[in-house]
Amino acid sequence: MLVLLGVLVVVIGFALRLNPLLVVTVAGIVTALLGGLTPLTILNAFGTGFAGSRSVTLFVLTLPAIGLLERFGLQEQARRLILKLAKLTTGRLLAVYLLLRQLTAAIGLTAIAGPAQMVRPLLAPMALGAAARKHGPLSDPAIERIKAKTASADTVGLFFGEDIFIAVGGILLITGFVDTTYGLKLDALTIALWAIPTAACALVLHGVRLLRIDREIARLAPAAPAPASVTGER
Amino acid sequence: MINAEWLYWLCGLLFLACAVFVARAQENPKRVGSAIFWALIGVSFFYSTFVVKKTAPAWPLGLAVLATAALAGFRAMGDSKIRTTLEAQREKLADRFGSRLLLLALVIPAVAVLVAMVVAKVHVGGKLLLADGTATLTGLGAGSLVAVGIAMLVLRRAPAEVAGARLTPAVPLGEGSRLLQAIGWAAILPQMLATLGVLFDKAGVGKAVGKVTNAVLPHGWLLGAVIIYCVGMALFTLIMGNAFAAFPVMTAAIGWPVLVQQFHGNPAAVFAIGMLAGFCGTLCTPMAANFNIVPAVLLEMKDKYGPIKAQLPTAVPLLACNIAIMYLVAF
Repeated sequence: MLVLLGVLVVVIGFALRLNPLLVVTVAGIVTALLGGLTPLTILNAFGTGFAGSRSVTLFVLTLPAIGLLERFGLQEQARRLILKLAKLTTGRLLAVYLLLRQLTAAIGLTAIAGPAQMVRPLLAPMALGAAARKHGPLSDPAIERIKAKTASADTVGLFFGEDIFIAVGGILLITGFVDTTYGLKLDALTIALWAIPTAACALVLHGVRLLRIDREIARLAPAAPAPASVTGER
Repeated sequence: MINAEWLYWLCGLLFLACAVFVARAQENPKRVGSAIFWALIGVSFFYSTFVVKKTAPAWPLGLAVLATAALAGFRAMGDSKIRTTLEAQREKLADRFGSRLLLLALVIPAVAVLVAMVVAKVHVGGKLLLADGTATLTGLGAGSLVAVGIAMLVLRRAPAEVAGARLTPAVPLGEGSRLLQAIGWAAILPQMLATLGVLFDKAGVGKAVGKVTNAVLPHGWLLGAVIIYCVGMALFTLIMGNAFAAFPVMTAAIGWPVLVQQFHGNPAAVFAIGMLAGFCGTLCTPMAANFNIVPAVLLEMKDKYGPIKAQLPTAVPLLACNIAIMYLVAF
């Protein structure tokens, strides 16, 4: 039972936001010592564990190709495609974006969008712009709500799209972990296929909630005309 | 027979290249620490081949692994700027190449799936050409190489005054290193978590948690076990902010001993859906700051928890979906 303290080290270390790599290493050492392993056995276990789970890191093989395409304007091209959605309502824009984010993540383009390169410069202004076109100046709660849902469309799309791609950390961790620890021979492609039902559920659940934002905005009402004493000159 | 080792050597080469690019960036005061980090990983990928074959002792590799964790943990690494194109150049390049850029990105998964489905069935001299269980990964390696090759042929036509440097094989290596450096130590975190799983197993963590589970869970109640695995993944992820860290713990405790061994679940389905149950936790936790807090800051929101509040009503029913899907398809 004492070995469970090792699990506690992981939980506390991550909760305290210490460097995860260090936390995991220390947790491994603590667990192994509590389990009565000798220092040499522990070093050997780190060695064989690392050697046996190298497949987990194979996603780096895709980086030269992705980086090369980025150098020649991949992200800029993706932004142009999103710009073509400018005529949609806020809800439809975000729902279509959710689908596109899932699809691109599913073919391994996890970094094609994201909060810094897509949501802030492009998607959020478009979502706010579409709402303002319909309702005039927006109230603060409406702006907050639109921003929150815009961020969520990107995150949900990424999470429940990327695990359909074989070379993403999540999939490779599963195969690497169970193959090394339990001697299985799981194929990454099979794991990826099992991620599809959940991806479809995520699309429906979150897509419907994104579409509903159009009615939410209408309810949150446009900004009350500001009294002259606040905005006007004295 | 082709096995996965050549892929690991390719990875090793990429890490060593990254070390070289990082070491050459004079403006990075911590370039030595960073370069040693990437070089250690690169060399380890080669040395591991002999550890797996049992022709070399494993403990030197263990030491190297501890050293990389120490370099990352004690902030000995810094960012080197690796040169790439500027925003304005990229706009012009996107004008020129347009949707061909997206098509080129499709080459990797297309080749990978093709290899996994077709080449995997090829026999040479009575043996499978690709070693069992490695077809998809081999496909990934082949897809990555083919994608770089085709992309270089297509992109070579960019006028030099827009594209900057001449397109030599050093360019994709440099770009790969740029992305690798942006990911930083997190690039080998999943592998370290897998290693942690091995240590957990050797020390008997699975057995210990299994005892607790058996005491709590009525024997033979499948739905209960599925719920505990999925909700446990989500809760552990909620606390730690990382589903990858929750996976070894919950899998050693319930996923493997109870769901796979006791109830004979399909391991691929159990583990894939279990991981996604963890992702439902990631959607709801401020601990996963880069996904949930950073967007709120970037969008200058007043409520830093706005994105989490927008995601929570999706995450909870989605967790229920995961439980239902696992219960229905994995057993």
